[in-house]
Amino acid sequence: MIVAEGLRKAFGSFAAVDGVDFRIGKGESFGFLGPNGAGKTSTMRMIACMSPYSGGSLRVLGMDPMTQGPAIRGRLGLVPQEDTLDEELTVLDNLYIYGRYFDLPKKLIRERAERLLEFAQLTDRRNDKVGPLSGGMKRRLTIARSLISEPDILILDEPTTGLDPQARHLLWDRLYRLKSQGVTLVITTHYMDEAEQLCDRLVVMDKGRIVAHGSPRALIAEHSTREVVELRFAVDQQQANVASVEDLAERVEVLPDRILLYVHDGDATIGEVHRRGLLPESALVRRSTLEDVFLHLTGRTLVD
Amino acid sequence: MAAQRAGWPTWFRAVWVHAYTYSKVWKGSVTTTFLFPLLYLAAMGVGLGTLVDRHAHHVGGVAYVDFLAPGLLAGTIFQVAVNESTYPVMARIKWMRTYWAMLATPLDIDDVLIGHLGWSALRGGMVSGAFLLVMEGFGVIHSWWALAVLPLAMAASVAFAAPTTAYAATTTSENGFALLYRFGVMPLFLFSATFFPLGQLPVWLRAVAQCTPLLHAVNLLRDCTLGIFPATQALVDVVYLAVFAAVGIAFARRAFRKRMVL
Ligand SMILES: Nc1ncnc2c1ncn2[C@@H]1O[C@H](COP(=O)(O)OP(=O)(O)OP(=O)(O)O)[C@@H](O)[C@H]1O
Ligand SMILES: [Mg+2]
Repeated sequence: MIVAEGLRKAFGSFAAVDGVDFRIGKGESFGFLGPNGAGKTSTMRMIACMSPYSGGSLRVLGMDPMTQGPAIRGRLGLVPQEDTLDEELTVLDNLYIYGRYFDLPKKLIRERAERLLEFAQLTDRRNDKVGPLSGGMKRRLTIARSLISEPDILILDEPTTGLDPQARHLLWDRLYRLKSQGVTLVITTHYMDEAEQLCDRLVVMDKGRIVAHGSPRALIAEHSTREVVELRFAVDQQQANVASVEDLAERVEVLPDRILLYVHDGDATIGEVHRRGLLPESALVRRSTLEDVFLHLTGRTLVD
Repeated sequence: MAAQRAGWPTWFRAVWVHAYTYSKVWKGSVTTTFLFPLLYLAAMGVGLGTLVDRHAHHVGGVAYVDFLAPGLLAGTIFQVAVNESTYPVMARIKWMRTYWAMLATPLDIDDVLIGHLGWSALRGGMVSGAFLLVMEGFGVIHSWWALAVLPLAMAASVAFAAPTTAYAATTTSENGFALLYRFGVMPLFLFSATFFPLGQLPVWLRAVAQCTPLLHAVNLLRDCTLGIFPATQALVDVVYLAVFAAVGIAFARRAFRKRMVL
């Protein structure tokens, strides 16, 4: 469905996307993970044929975005990072005009709009102007709107930013269903749990490059240990305590507020920490996540 | 899966959305559309005009109200076209970002521009239609040529809207609009032979006025409602407006691409 080879995006002399390769198959759910400025949105905009690529090659649905943009966009749905709703119009009218952009007949739009309002839990706000809606409601409307054309590929740029946990889980559920209907999903996110839940495969981007790719599980297995011990010492005391624990772990990461020990048996490690007479303010064991993978690969946290 | 398409060309969808949006938010604008010409023609045309005619023995060979009405008409169209191309265009690019929503669909950047300019033309047609009705009520239409006001007003609206749109799509802050109104729109509205003949101006200002677009629209619309066509002057007016529109559209296209195709 989507094939990129050596894909580049330059703004002047700055390369926002610096030669990335990926291949996304039909019905797949593919994630782009990375910190602010990694180049995720730039990549999404190139796939959505809104931003001409500066180098390499890109094929979407077998077509070239440079020359067949309108034909490709007709089969895509896009949830942009920033909302682009018409705040002067009602919820329903926003769906209606968007359907019109895709040349859908009025009757069909009305039918689909009913279902999408239901999905977005905005049925009772259908005749309200969009302007005063809450951020999360606008987000849900944006997502609903992207589905009005029943796209083959759905591109979601940080879809759940601003959603409450209930709305997030509802969206995940809806995305599963779309996927089972054969819709290809392309998702960017900062949320590790989201990526682990939703993505069959993902790439981790940093500074315009792909630093790792694979399934969430494989990435964790490859780049991290089974468990992680988080030790929190008194303020500004993290660095001072590193030396006394670093031999306990395969790998150690020092963050401003805590020390992470990458180990196989977390409980045993905590026992040893206490035996050594160290007194962290808190100590907990958790499973490795994609966050740890990212930290390992880039030396930075994802959400800064 | 029959009838899955309405069959509208992409540019048409872009024009349509403006008309649809307007139909939803127009509210009081119909009263202002009629009220403005009504009040102005009553106050300035009839009230002030009686005084003017008594002392000046008609302006440009016709009663003052006959002279003023087409000037006001052109000035109104000018203001409407500029108004719709300043803050609203900035809103659709920067605040609401609805142009970006259009660009994620089969529409492309030229469709978005055609949508805006096409709508400007339609607005110009609507406003001048209402204005003509009021003028007819005042008995200041003297020729069937007045019907030509509609297409001319639509074309002139595009000529006014295009460069304004180019500016709105180039500037990143709305602060410049206040200057545009103060030093661009207001002086043109007042000095483009709208309220008094060009001959009243000092020679050097006359030359300046000849270079500005509103004057030529005023000339043309006045020719139409009075039914008097000074041939060379009318030709100059048409050519000027056509060139002005073409250059404006070229700049607007460039500005839209630069701002939104990144
Ligand atoms: N239009 C533009 N002109 C110049 N630079 C740009 C432009 N758009 C993006 N960039 C730069 O490209 C880089 C990547 O931006 P991008 O928006 O793709 O990142 P991102 O991964 O989506 O980040 P975030 O998580 O914050 O959304 C950033 O350094 C950004 O400043
Ligand atoms: Mg982004």
